[in-house]
Amino acid sequence: MSQTFIEILRRALDEELARDPAVHLLGEDIAAGGAFGVTNGLAQKYGSQRVRNTPISEAAIAGMATGAALCGLRPVLEIMFIDFATLAMDCLVNQSAKYRYMSGGQLAVPMVVRTQAGAAGGAAAQHSQSLEAWFTHVPGLVVVTPSSPVEAYGLLKSAIRLGDPVLFVEHKRLYAQKETLVVDAELPQIGKARVARAGTDVSVIAYSAMVRNALEAADELARSGVSVEVIDLRTLVPLDMATIAASISKTHRVVIAHEAVQSGGVGAEISARIGSELLDELDAPVTRVGCPFAPIPFAPELEKALLPGTPNIVRAVRELSG
Amino acid sequence: MYRGLWRIRWFEGQVQRLAAAGEVPGFPHLSTGQEAVAVGVCAHLTRQDTLFTSHRGHGHTLAKGSDIQATFAEIIGRDGGLCRGRGGSMHLVDAANGVLGATGVVAGNLPLAAGAAWAAQAKAETTISVVFFGDGATGAGVFHETMNLAVLWKLPLLFVCENNGYAEFTSREEHSNVKHVSAFAAPYGMAAKTVDGNDLRVVHAAAGEAIKRLRSNDGPYLLECMTHRMAGHFVGDAQHYRSKEELAAMKEKCPIERLKRHLIECGVEESELDVLGEEARQEVLQAVARARAQSRPDPATVLDYVYSAPCLNGTAGSDT
Repeated sequence: MSQTFIEILRRALDEELARDPAVHLLGEDIAAGGAFGVTNGLAQKYGSQRVRNTPISEAAIAGMATGAALCGLRPVLEIMFIDFATLAMDCLVNQSAKYRYMSGGQLAVPMVVRTQAGAAGGAAAQHSQSLEAWFTHVPGLVVVTPSSPVEAYGLLKSAIRLGDPVLFVEHKRLYAQKETLVVDAELPQIGKARVARAGTDVSVIAYSAMVRNALEAADELARSGVSVEVIDLRTLVPLDMATIAASISKTHRVVIAHEAVQSGGVGAEISARIGSELLDELDAPVTRVGCPFAPIPFAPELEKALLPGTPNIVRAVRELSG
Repeated sequence: MYRGLWRIRWFEGQVQRLAAAGEVPGFPHLSTGQEAVAVGVCAHLTRQDTLFTSHRGHGHTLAKGSDIQATFAEIIGRDGGLCRGRGGSMHLVDAANGVLGATGVVAGNLPLAAGAAWAAQAKAETTISVVFFGDGATGAGVFHETMNLAVLWKLPLLFVCENNGYAEFTSREEHSNVKHVSAFAAPYGMAAKTVDGNDLRVVHAAAGEAIKRLRSNDGPYLLECMTHRMAGHFVGDAQHYRSKEELAAMKEKCPIERLKRHLIECGVEESELDVLGEEARQEVLQAVARARAQSRPDPATVLDYVYSAPCLNGTAGSDT
């Protein structure tokens, strides 16, 4: 039976709540399911003490989740939109990320911040951003960006069991996507990328919803005889350079694609790492696909004009392989 | 407790002396003149109770019972310091003693303390959480968010405001129209009291009453202690914003002098008190000497403690 991204997330949360009494959920409206219905029914099943509604106080609830994590709980905090994480930045950047280090290893913050990001039809400038790169700049944080429902299931469970603060970024465009979940005995290891499609001519490195675009582009390019390998990063911190290197040593050409603003994005870091670590493997310059330097607009025509998608990846690959 | 006051006073005197000599990295903040709040509140705490303090947290850490030598070693960045030289004056943590952290960002510690109180509540533990902050923290939105949540969730959390009349260099009159921080409690439905924070006996009694309520699950409490920062905002602050008269009057209000006068009135021999003060001085001086003799952290360990496992730190590039 296939399930949506949202249903599969709920299943992962449900199983973790059942497995470990230290797991607690908190966030705005989550007792009623949250803005997207991810936590539907969990408050009824586990009680309002373990699935706790909070006021609209992002700074305080991020701090409370962190303080509780210091004292043995494993909180899973929902920040409704990544755009609102700006209000919790003192805690996430100055406290959660640094507690283990500042305390010389005495304390840890095993906490997951679930949030959703990305543009999907008219949510406009303050509810559509892809801000994940900010968090990759903060040592101590782990950044997870699942690309499909099945990926989200394993990665969320692994994130909850990790001993570090994790930003878990769900793309709202993936929420309605359906897949059939086959549960593996082993959960994915945080920090390992996966080859989503094997190929020989060009590597496309992507994460989150952009992995779908990369796979669509690969299908289209295959019809004209270009073999694309798609790497799904899964986690931005840690960054799996070994998987990237293995792919580039085969294809010698690479496109890095993300929905986030291209300038200062994750692609810039990966590009620099490839340049310094894998220069001898490259037959062409590293190419990036990302959002132009502008806020996300409201009108559908404008949103479509701004967002990078499958055609951008196809074009970038053709330029490299032509 | 008289000795406890002196212990903090001598300790911070040594921090000040060595900071002037260039032996203390960064900019330590002293609580000289505010010791009665730390000692009066912490006298009621167990090691399991959790404490969160601010950038001005040496006194609270010592009053909770942390080791003088390890605390001082941290402030001078030694490997044997509480945090192995990773935290320093503004980030003291002594987890085994329930000191879960000093925070360098004003008001940032408040929701952390609420989270610790929530964890105790969720695990049905009998411990409480205490957070110390200055009156300057009331300007931050997260102070109000945390007050609201603490009452809503009926958390075992004691808010201790050390109202020393200054937010860094700016007087209370200039940064808030609300004279007493305790006035913020009523709208949220929290119990609160304002007391003379320079009278140890008053602080001790008020904190005892508040903590008794917390331990009977009566919800959070805000204790405002009116006090006086005898030192500047940080070591080296020339305090041009204060008059000479104000600085002179402060000596009169010194919590140690006040307790001493009271004890002598009660018939305690002054010489006995002087012995206690001297014992505290020797205890601190010896601990400081041992701390200074400790080794410095090994630069090769600089990437330790970033993540739960070194393999998670794969983002560190190979560029040099």
